[in-house]
Amino acid sequence: MIKKYTAAYIVSFAVLLISIWCGVSIGSVSIPLTTLWDDSDAAAYSILWNIRMPRVLLAALVGASLAIAGAAFQGLLKNPLADPYTLGISSGASVGAVFTIFFSVSLPFIGAFSLPLFSMIGAIITLIAVLSFAKIVDRSLKMETLILTGVIFSSFLSACISLMIALTGEELRSIIGWLLGSVSMRGWSHVRLILPFVIAGGLILWLYRRELNALVYGEERAKYLGVDVRRSKMFILVAGSVLTGAAVAVSGTIGFVGLVVPHMVRMVIGPDHRHLLVISFLNGASLLVICDLVSRTIIAPTELPIGVITAFIGAPVFAYIFLKQRKGRMS
Amino acid sequence: MLKVENISGGYGGVPIVKNVSFKVEKGKILGILGPNGSGKTTLLKCISGSVSPLEGEVHIEERNMKTYSTKDLAKKMAVLPQLHANGFSSTVYDAVSLGRYPYQTGFFSSWSEADEQAVVSAMIQTDILKYRDTQMEFLSGGEQQRVFIAQALAQSSQILLLDEPTNHLDIAHQKQILDLIRKEATECGVTVVSIFHDINLASLYCDDLLLLENGMVKAYGPPHEVVLQEQISTVYDAQVSTYAHPEMPKPQITMMPSEQAVRQETVTAEHIQILPAYIQLKTDKALKVISSAVHNPGMGWYDTLLNRSIAPDIDLAHVKEEARQFLQEQQFSSTNTVMMLTAVQTNLAAIRSFSHETCSIVVMVTAGVGNAVDATRTFERDDLPHIGTINTWVIINGKLTDEAFYQAMITATEAKTKALAEQQIRDSHTGTIATGTATDSLLIAATQYGEEMPYAGPITAVGKLIGQGVFETTLTAIERYKQSKINEKG
Repeated sequence: MIKKYTAAYIVSFAVLLISIWCGVSIGSVSIPLTTLWDDSDAAAYSILWNIRMPRVLLAALVGASLAIAGAAFQGLLKNPLADPYTLGISSGASVGAVFTIFFSVSLPFIGAFSLPLFSMIGAIITLIAVLSFAKIVDRSLKMETLILTGVIFSSFLSACISLMIALTGEELRSIIGWLLGSVSMRGWSHVRLILPFVIAGGLILWLYRRELNALVYGEERAKYLGVDVRRSKMFILVAGSVLTGAAVAVSGTIGFVGLVVPHMVRMVIGPDHRHLLVISFLNGASLLVICDLVSRTIIAPTELPIGVITAFIGAPVFAYIFLKQRKGRMS
Repeated sequence: MLKVENISGGYGGVPIVKNVSFKVEKGKILGILGPNGSGKTTLLKCISGSVSPLEGEVHIEERNMKTYSTKDLAKKMAVLPQLHANGFSSTVYDAVSLGRYPYQTGFFSSWSEADEQAVVSAMIQTDILKYRDTQMEFLSGGEQQRVFIAQALAQSSQILLLDEPTNHLDIAHQKQILDLIRKEATECGVTVVSIFHDINLASLYCDDLLLLENGMVKAYGPPHEVVLQEQISTVYDAQVSTYAHPEMPKPQITMMPSEQAVRQETVTAEHIQILPAYIQLKTDKALKVISSAVHNPGMGWYDTLLNRSIAPDIDLAHVKEEARQFLQEQQFSSTNTVMMLTAVQTNLAAIRSFSHETCSIVVMVTAGVGNAVDATRTFERDDLPHIGTINTWVIINGKLTDEAFYQAMITATEAKTKALAEQQIRDSHTGTIATGTATDSLLIAATQYGEEMPYAGPITAVGKLIGQGVFETTLTAIERYKQSKINEKG
C-alpha cells in the first residue's frame, strides 16, 4: 500500500517536471535545457524566463488549484461529478472577475488583488446559492440535482456576463477568449497574484484530508466519528472557492480539470484524501501545462483557448462517469 | 454510565420523542423497541447528539454530554447509524481505520501501534479481515454492515449506540454480531443502546428493553416485563402470541396470522384404524398434541398419531433410531407424526367415543399390565424399565388452552389409576394396588376448533368426559388383555 502511494508521488512529480520542461522548451522557438542557467543567448533566455516560464507556471498553478478544489468538492458532496465548473462556481467567479475588469474596480490597499478577491466572493456566493437551492429541491443532494442546479446557475451567470459585456461595448473577441479560459499573455504578476491563494487554499484542504475521508460516509457518520462537521464543511468550501476564484481571476473559466484529474487519480490510487488531494494537485498542474502546450502548438501560429482542449478531454470523461454511476446504481 | 433524563426531541421544533428517561449501567445492553414511526431513531439521534434535544439532558459518566467536544464524544461513544450508500468506494481497511479518527492529532500522520491494533482486532471480531483490501462496493449489504460495526468497534469507546445492527444480515451473521456485542458488553464493559426491529432478538440479547409508542415510553424493564402478549399486540397493532424460549429464560413472540379458522372435522372412534402393526389416526388438519410418546413427544402439531405394536424383546436403547427408520419405511412424515410403542397386540385396543352436549372425545387405550407398578412404592425396587405399557390417547373435539391440556393429562392419569384399582392390578413386588406401569404413555390431542375450553379439570364438561372415558376404556382394554393372556395359556 505504502509503495503504491510512494510510486504515485514520484511519478506525478516527474511528470510535472517533464511537462514544465516541455512547456518552456517547445514552441515557435525551440529552447534547449541549458538556457535555464546559460544567458548567452539573450533572446532565448528572455523568451524562457519572461514569456514561457510565467505562462507555464501560471498554467500549473491554475491546474493544481482546480484539481485539488475538484477533489475536495467531490469528497465533501459525495458526488463524483462535482467540480468548480460543473457546480457553476467558475461562472460565479467569472462574474466577479468580469465585474472587476469592466468596471475597473480597485479597492484601496489591496490594488491588484481586487480581481482575485472579487472572483472569490463571486465563487463563494455562487457555491452557497447552488448548495442551498439544490438542498431545497432535494435534501439528499442527489448527483443529478446538484449538477442540474449548477447548469441553471451557470446559464444565468453567463447571461449576466454577456449582458455586462454588451453594455460596455468592448471588442468581443478577447473577452470570449478569456471566457473560454486562457493563460496566454500573462506574466509574473499573474503568478504572484495567484500563488498565495494556491498555497493557502491547498494547505487548508490538505489539513482537512482526514475529515474529508470521514465526510465521504455522510455528515451524520462523520460527526459520530468525531468530525466537527460544520467547521470542516465551512473551511473546505471556503478553501475550494478561494482556489477557484483565484484560478478564474487569472485565466478565466477552464472547465473539467477539477473533474477529470481527481477521477483519474482515484481510479489509480483509490479515494483516500490523504493522498488523493496532493496527487490531484500535482497532476492537475501537469495536465494544464500540457493542455496549454497543445493549445498553442496544435494549429500554430493560431492559439486555441485552453478551455477548448480541456473540454475536449473533460466532456467525454464526464459522460463516462455519469454512465458508470448510473449503471452502478441500476445493477 | 449513560443516563437520559426527560428527553424530548424532534425536527423543526416538533417533538417526536417525548419525555423519555432511562439509565444504562456499564456492561449492560438496552434494546429500544417500537413500531415504525414510534421515534426509535429520533431517540437514538437525541442521545448521540445529532439531533439536539428540545428538553432534557443526556449524561455520560455523570457528565452532561453537551460539555464534551465532538472528538472527545467520539472517544466515549461510537454510533452505528442505518446503512446508507456512499459515493466513493474505499477499501475495507481504510473504512475501518476511520474509526480511529478521534485519536489522530497533528499535521502529519500520527498512526500508532495502538491504532493499528484496534483496527485489526475489530476486523477479526467482525470476521472481515479476509476482505481487508477489498473495495466496499463489492461487498454485500450484510458485509458492509459488518465493516461499519468494525469501524464503530475500532473507535474503542465505552458506549455503543446501534440502529438496527442486524439489518441486512442473515441469521448466522445476526447471531455472530449480536454475540459479539453481548461479549463486548459482558467482557469489556461496553455499554450498549440498540434499536431492534426484531422483538425476539431484543429479548434474547438485551438486559433491559424500552418500548416506545408515539415517542413515549410504554414499557421499560427486563424483557419478561416488556414482552407481554397484550402489550406487544396493542403497541404494534398486530396479533401476537408469546411463548417461552426453549433454552433461555427470555420471552419470545410469534405472529398470529389473521386467517379464518378452518373447520376441522370431528374425530370419532371410526377414524381410528387398527392394523396388525399399528393403530393409526390420520386427520385432514393437524391436531395440537401434548404427549409423552417415543417419537415427537412434547407439545406440537401433528396430523398422524400411531400406536405401534412391537416385539417385547426390543432393544430399548435404540428405540428412537428404530422408530425413525420405521416411519421412513412406512412412508410417514417424520415431522408430522407422533408415535407410541407397545408390546400389546393392536387388536386388543379399546377405542370408544364419548360425548356430551357441547363436546365429544375419543379415547384409545392399549393396556399391557404385566409389569404394573405402584408408583408410591417403586423406590423399593431397582430393575430397568421394560416394555409392557398402558398407552392412552384422548382426542378432544374442541379448543383447549395450554392449561386445559395439562389438566386433561392429570384427569386422564387419575382415571387410568382408578381403572387399575378397579381391575385389582397389583405391583408384583409389593403386592399393593398398581398405579400404572413403568413406561406408560399418555397423549392428549385437540382439534383446536370451536369455542375455547379454558379448563379441563375433573368437574368441567370436557373433564367429566375424560374421566369417564379413560376409566371405562381402560377397563375394557385391561379385560381384553387379561382375556388374551388366558387364551394364550389355555
